[in-house]
Amino acid sequence: MPAYFAKRLLFLVPLLVGITLVTFGVMQLAPGKPTDMVTDMNVKASAEAKERLIKLYGLDKPWHVQYWDWLKRFARLDFGRSFRDDRPVLRKIGERLPATLLLNVSSLLLIFLIALPIGILSAVKQDSLWDKSLTVFVFIGFSVPTIWLALLAMITFGLKLGWLPISGLRSLTYDEMSLGAQCLDLARHLALPVLVSAFTGLAGLSRYVRNGLLEVIRQDYIRTARAKGLPENRVILKHALRNTLIPVVTLVGLLLPDLIGGSFIFETIFAYPGMGRLGFDAIMARDYPVIMGVGTIAALLTLVGNFLADVAYAYVDPRIRYQGK
Amino acid sequence: MSDGKQTLGSTLRRIVFCSTPVALSSLLFLSACRSDSIPQPAASATDAAPATGDAYVEASIADASYLNPLLASDSASGNICSLVYNGLVKYDKDLRLVGDLAESWEVRSGGTEILFHLRPDVRWHDGAPFTADDVRFTYQRLTDPAVKTPYGVDFELIRRVDVPDPHTVRVVYKEPFVPALESWGMGIVPKHIFSAGDFNTHPANRRPIGTGPYKFLEWKTDEKIVLTANPDYFEGRPRLDRYIFRIIPDSSVQFLELRQQSIDSMALTPDQFKAYPEFFRHYNKYRYPAFAYTYLGFNLENPLFRDRRVRRAVALALDRSEIIDGVLLGVGRPATGPFPPTSWAFNPDVADIPFDPVKAKALLATAGWTDTDGDGWLDRGGQKFEFTLMTNQGNKPRELCALILQNHLAKIGIRVQVRILEWSSFLHNYVDKKRFDAVILAWSLSRDPDQYSIWHSSQRKEGQYNFVGYANREVDMLLERGRREFDFEKRRALYHRMHAILAEDLPYIFLYYPDSLPTIHTRFVGPEVAAAGIGWNFREWFVPKSLQKYRYAS
Repeated sequence: MPAYFAKRLLFLVPLLVGITLVTFGVMQLAPGKPTDMVTDMNVKASAEAKERLIKLYGLDKPWHVQYWDWLKRFARLDFGRSFRDDRPVLRKIGERLPATLLLNVSSLLLIFLIALPIGILSAVKQDSLWDKSLTVFVFIGFSVPTIWLALLAMITFGLKLGWLPISGLRSLTYDEMSLGAQCLDLARHLALPVLVSAFTGLAGLSRYVRNGLLEVIRQDYIRTARAKGLPENRVILKHALRNTLIPVVTLVGLLLPDLIGGSFIFETIFAYPGMGRLGFDAIMARDYPVIMGVGTIAALLTLVGNFLADVAYAYVDPRIRYQGK
Repeated sequence: MSDGKQTLGSTLRRIVFCSTPVALSSLLFLSACRSDSIPQPAASATDAAPATGDAYVEASIADASYLNPLLASDSASGNICSLVYNGLVKYDKDLRLVGDLAESWEVRSGGTEILFHLRPDVRWHDGAPFTADDVRFTYQRLTDPAVKTPYGVDFELIRRVDVPDPHTVRVVYKEPFVPALESWGMGIVPKHIFSAGDFNTHPANRRPIGTGPYKFLEWKTDEKIVLTANPDYFEGRPRLDRYIFRIIPDSSVQFLELRQQSIDSMALTPDQFKAYPEFFRHYNKYRYPAFAYTYLGFNLENPLFRDRRVRRAVALALDRSEIIDGVLLGVGRPATGPFPPTSWAFNPDVADIPFDPVKAKALLATAGWTDTDGDGWLDRGGQKFEFTLMTNQGNKPRELCALILQNHLAKIGIRVQVRILEWSSFLHNYVDKKRFDAVILAWSLSRDPDQYSIWHSSQRKEGQYNFVGYANREVDMLLERGRREFDFEKRRALYHRMHAILAEDLPYIFLYYPDSLPTIHTRFVGPEVAAAGIGWNFREWFVPKSLQKYRYAS
């Protein structure tokens, strides 16, 4: 099996290069150039100034040369510098990473904490009033527009009740606070975004657990467990749930890119300094190095996440064994 | 590029002409004495004694990019740079150039030489003295091909910059060029900091050291930029201890923060401006014309619009008060020409074009356009009067404007197709290549009235800004003379004349001047609207001791 995984790992390399090539190509096809933000309809930017900027950014070279240059730098893990402020792309990503992770990890934890019991309850009490109202509840979360819900929550908990701050990551006076007060301040600022993103993200996992559990409950070994007289909660929580969670383990692998990826809409509404805004602003400004940096890292994490999911699957499920040819 | 938001400090900054895809609703305005919608603050702090302390928290849609006046082209960076850096000259409240780092200047040799006498008492924020070498260094960087500056054009006319002594700068031009004086409003950067290392990637682009009223303190990416008062500022210490620039990318969330009183100032959209008065219990609203206008531009190479009577008829058919009500909720005013009413170049004698569809139809009839086949649309020689009106996507006011225009013109029998296009493709595939009949666009204007690039007949090539193809010999002459005439009164007369000609010729139909709509917390004493906008005397604003909100150990 190690040979099989080594081979899989090796295959990721051409796949990643392929993805970067497609990303680069699509970016080139989009109308507009990075320098347009500065020079479009700007009568103070002369034709010479435009040409100078294009040359300084290396945009006068044919696109395949630009791509090759980028690939060579990427091989040395150098993502280049942003066109917007001339700072290294990796540093721009790095400074947004902690805040992004903080938000995504907290909301994922919350999703697991809430969605698991919801899924179990819905499966055990299939078609009951509990099941139906929980289903409606998670699908409301799934369907409402995030913007609307976020604004409503801001108005209710921020403006009307005054319990929580409206937006941002921390207060303006954060630096003068004691450590305890700083933690509290962060928690208060995180409350609304975490709650809103958890509520809107419950549906997937809870339905996953519900359907998985329903399938497992019909298996022979569950009937055996019941037949030998085990109490029902032991049947469900010990025998059924553990097998239900096998696909959930893979799900966690697939969630890896989500941990560092951000949502543009979400971060914009909450004035949250995360990756989503970085990526979106880069696309709008045609900031090629940042687009490539964010895109490549997302692609890499997706591939690695898939790979880890497969590895984890083999580990937790004894029925699955990969054969190296 | 001014991306449509006029916030504090942008009045001090040199603004470029530009037209952007950003919603015009965020372009801001004021008519100082209109009393209709400006409630007087209930609790005003105007009687209190001046005091130092407190902070001013301003909300911004976007984060800054470079805190270096030579490299920054976005308005967020421009706002910060205008507080941290100084130019040699600046605009005063009446939009007249006055000395800033330069105490005075002399224009010599018929305008080809400007001698700046620098203030001797200025120090950089790190304590080093400011000298003429810094000015020459800034000039050298502006014209250095390795520097990513979009501002080189005004400095390319310079033959050389001499430094006869540490407090004198002599700039020699190849030809007289009046806007050159304005171009010295460019922030001067410190030679002793930037001479080591690469200019484009220098760490000081993120931790600037300037000469301005505020010193840089910290920048948390996508969160906030904090400046602190410079106690040694050459015009005296600013009274507000801190200037905090909070980045809140959504305007409706900014408004919620405003209602929560967690920000002190933001730029309102027209619908926010018109919101319930109780939302503004702790705020004063201001309104003044932004340095911008929105227009309908004709392709003058199109035979339909070559006839001035036709353009005049289109103008008469437009009910501009309906456009302003529909697009800006009434917070704007009809435009008469290419200068905003607060500019000294604005000609007050140019009359508004009235709304008169009957006269419009009569005028079209004299040009040969009548409805001969009775189908409701005008025609001439078997050809129907129809054209395509284009504007860019993502700008709701312009899209609305296009629809209202379509409706108005249908009433006099002109059929208009509206096409909304993605900005970049609109600009590069249609406007630049003159593949349009008519467009709706806007110009953001510089404080200097030189509009050579927009109206001069030499500027009609692809990618240049006279894309409507306007050519008028008198206007050409006025533009050329306007660039050489250093006498203020004479220069004003030239631009007044140009304003009148353009209003008569109508290469554009000047639709409206949008308003800037800033709002500021009532605890601040000092905000005053002038031709320059609202932030011109920011250094003198203060909060009386009893009303101060933030405290800092100094």
